[in-house]
Amino acid sequence: MRIMAQMTMVMNLDKCIGCHTCSVACKQTWTNRPGTEYVYFNNVETKPGIGYPTRYEDQEQWHGGWELDKKGRLKLKGGTRLKRLLSIFYNPDLPTIDQYHDPFTFDYAKLITAPPGTKAPSVSARSALTGREMVPQWGANWEDDLAGAPNRAVNDPNLVAMSEKVKLDFESVFMFYLPRICEHCLNPSCVASCPSGAMYKRVEDGIVLVDQDRCRGWRFCVSGCPYKKVYFNHRTGKAEKCTLCFPRIEDGLPTICSESCPGRLRYLGLVLYDADKVAQAAATADPQELYEAQLGTFLDPDDPEVAEQADLEGIPRDWIRAARRSPTHALIAKYKVALPLHPEFRTMPMVWYIPPLSPVTDAAAEAGYDESDPDSIFASIDALRIPMEYLANLLSAGRIEPVRDSLRRLATVRAAMRSHQLGTKLNLNPAEVGLTAEGVDELFRLLAIARYEDRYVIPPAHAEDAGRLLAQHSLSGCALESEGGPGMGGEDHIAQGVSRFHVQAKAPDVASSFRDDRGRLHFQLSPNNGSGFSTAGGLA
Amino acid sequence: MNGITVPQLVLWVILPYIAIATFVIGHIWRYRYDQFGWTSRSTQLQEKKLLKWGSPLFHYATFGAIAGHVIGILIPESWTNAVGIPESVYHWFSAAAGTAAAIGVIVGVAVLAIRRVFVTRVRATTSPVDWLALILLAIVIILGISETVGVNLLGGGYDYRQSVALWFRGLFVGNPDVAAIAKAPLLYQVHATAAWAVIMVWPFSRLVHAWSYPLWYMWRPFLVYRSRVAAQPNEPGTSGRRWRRIGARY
Repeated sequence: MRIMAQMTMVMNLDKCIGCHTCSVACKQTWTNRPGTEYVYFNNVETKPGIGYPTRYEDQEQWHGGWELDKKGRLKLKGGTRLKRLLSIFYNPDLPTIDQYHDPFTFDYAKLITAPPGTKAPSVSARSALTGREMVPQWGANWEDDLAGAPNRAVNDPNLVAMSEKVKLDFESVFMFYLPRICEHCLNPSCVASCPSGAMYKRVEDGIVLVDQDRCRGWRFCVSGCPYKKVYFNHRTGKAEKCTLCFPRIEDGLPTICSESCPGRLRYLGLVLYDADKVAQAAATADPQELYEAQLGTFLDPDDPEVAEQADLEGIPRDWIRAARRSPTHALIAKYKVALPLHPEFRTMPMVWYIPPLSPVTDAAAEAGYDESDPDSIFASIDALRIPMEYLANLLSAGRIEPVRDSLRRLATVRAAMRSHQLGTKLNLNPAEVGLTAEGVDELFRLLAIARYEDRYVIPPAHAEDAGRLLAQHSLSGCALESEGGPGMGGEDHIAQGVSRFHVQAKAPDVASSFRDDRGRLHFQLSPNNGSGFSTAGGLA
Repeated sequence: MNGITVPQLVLWVILPYIAIATFVIGHIWRYRYDQFGWTSRSTQLQEKKLLKWGSPLFHYATFGAIAGHVIGILIPESWTNAVGIPESVYHWFSAAAGTAAAIGVIVGVAVLAIRRVFVTRVRATTSPVDWLALILLAIVIILGISETVGVNLLGGGYDYRQSVALWFRGLFVGNPDVAAIAKAPLLYQVHATAAWAVIMVWPFSRLVHAWSYPLWYMWRPFLVYRSRVAAQPNEPGTSGRRWRRIGARY
């Protein structure tokens, strides 16, 4: 057993209203620079739809992720190492920018420089690549609210894989939003694809990063990632990706996409897993068993044996405590309502999704089922094969059972809370879906009324050494703005990420350091935290 | 050093040593200062149809051309004679293999040059040093092909191993044979001089990506883990090149 801690995210798709606040916050924070105009580390897609870049989920087309060879061993779907080195001058699986979108802006100056006249001046789209006039053709949310779906969404790879035809006409279609960030996988194929060794998974929290100083721009991470969440900065010639906002995470703060989410649908917390089991789990023969195999690699932080072993391996005790309180561990492993996105890519993704119950209940109500009667809801969940099969293609490699069980648990929580609030008799037994009365209560709290400090249980990084260095450098003026962009990647950058983040906010008081009972030296790193180790509270 | 004019001294002794010094020191400086700028700066994202043919053709044919230079310039004629390869056989081989590589290089570089000049998206990413490197490379390539195809294949042939090679190898033992290169045809002289210019520009252009061909990927473990280590932050202004200021030209 080799225990590692992974910072994970769970998104509750029921709550996503498709407002794109996360995308905008992320864009403004990370990708508002030249070369990243087309890049959205976080984007929100409407499903069914073909996505951004187009049809990224179809690995027969893009060859991302892993597959099994004839002997059942894991290999990259993009081919052998030798093939990658030989095709280094032209990567056959790289999307072109038009499949993301030609980034456009508008010649706004015309609005104020147009000569006086009767016609209102109008602006035209200009390509950010060439400065020339262009007609926008695609974008990260081009299919918003099923725009163009009757013509295009039929090509959604999840629909193509379905046995029944889904009606895409306006009256009878179902839809939901899918916010996507980097999955920070346990078995990341982008890292395995990088010939330069510039991409790495951080030992402490599992965040996958690109070392900007080591990247040589060979582009295989872009084609290796089946989620197409590594992007090529065409100005710097280097790969960039979602950083899980590590400067914030290291400080115990949630990512900017979570922080800004009006629906509060995101959860952040630690999951402990057995790193020795990952390769074996990823090589599970039947893709439909990959979800269970991945669950099997997770460890229970309440198990004293696990805690003891984690202690031996040097995982800080406050991290183990945080893992016990982790909302993502509860939603993923304890209540099994969250599911991984496309487990069949075999990358062991670590951003999980609670399937949306609403499209199912909406469709059920339309079909004459009474939503308040859980028995009929159960029947309708089973009867509504179309959204179920679609969700299963998205979240469990096409196997219906995990999705159905998750939706049943969600429906049971709703029914139980309704009967509790209205004082009516609950005519179903939560035990049937594997829930205890306490489980129903905790799930209700997590899903419905969880406060900021319950949704984001993020132990700060042990940045004692970085803090000591910060004391020397904090006042010498190496703030973010003098560098022209936020820091990412590189060993020195990881440490600097912490220090720079705080230099901007407020130079820390060097004197406010203390030793804990284990003899570690702590610095007060954050101006808004009382100690360096509590989560930022009071903001819920 | 009898009979060497000042221009000969400059062209065939001073320029090569300045170029070699610039190449070595330039690379050390670039590697230490500008890891962030050390990249192939691929434009495949912007355009892939022409790149698909031009780039592999150019790169693989260039490997052939480089191998040809190693055989023709670095290996003395006396060695090939010693193993029983007469000049006529060498000449036949170099003309045939050289022509094959030359066709690959010229077609490849033509496709890439057309792409860079006429595809607006690609042209927009091209920096002045890229243009300089491209023009110098084009000169070297066109002259080199004239030598291989024009002189050695179609013309009467010229045994550069008796002149250019002697001078070139002499540079590395501190005894360049100026008289040998000075009597070589003008075509070879200009080719060599333009090549020194490429060598000088090399460390300051994207050509540095050639040294990063990731051969060790063949033996590396697939997954790379790295610890979050606390490192000494650089003093302001000494950390090398990073992201440019928003809106900065490059």
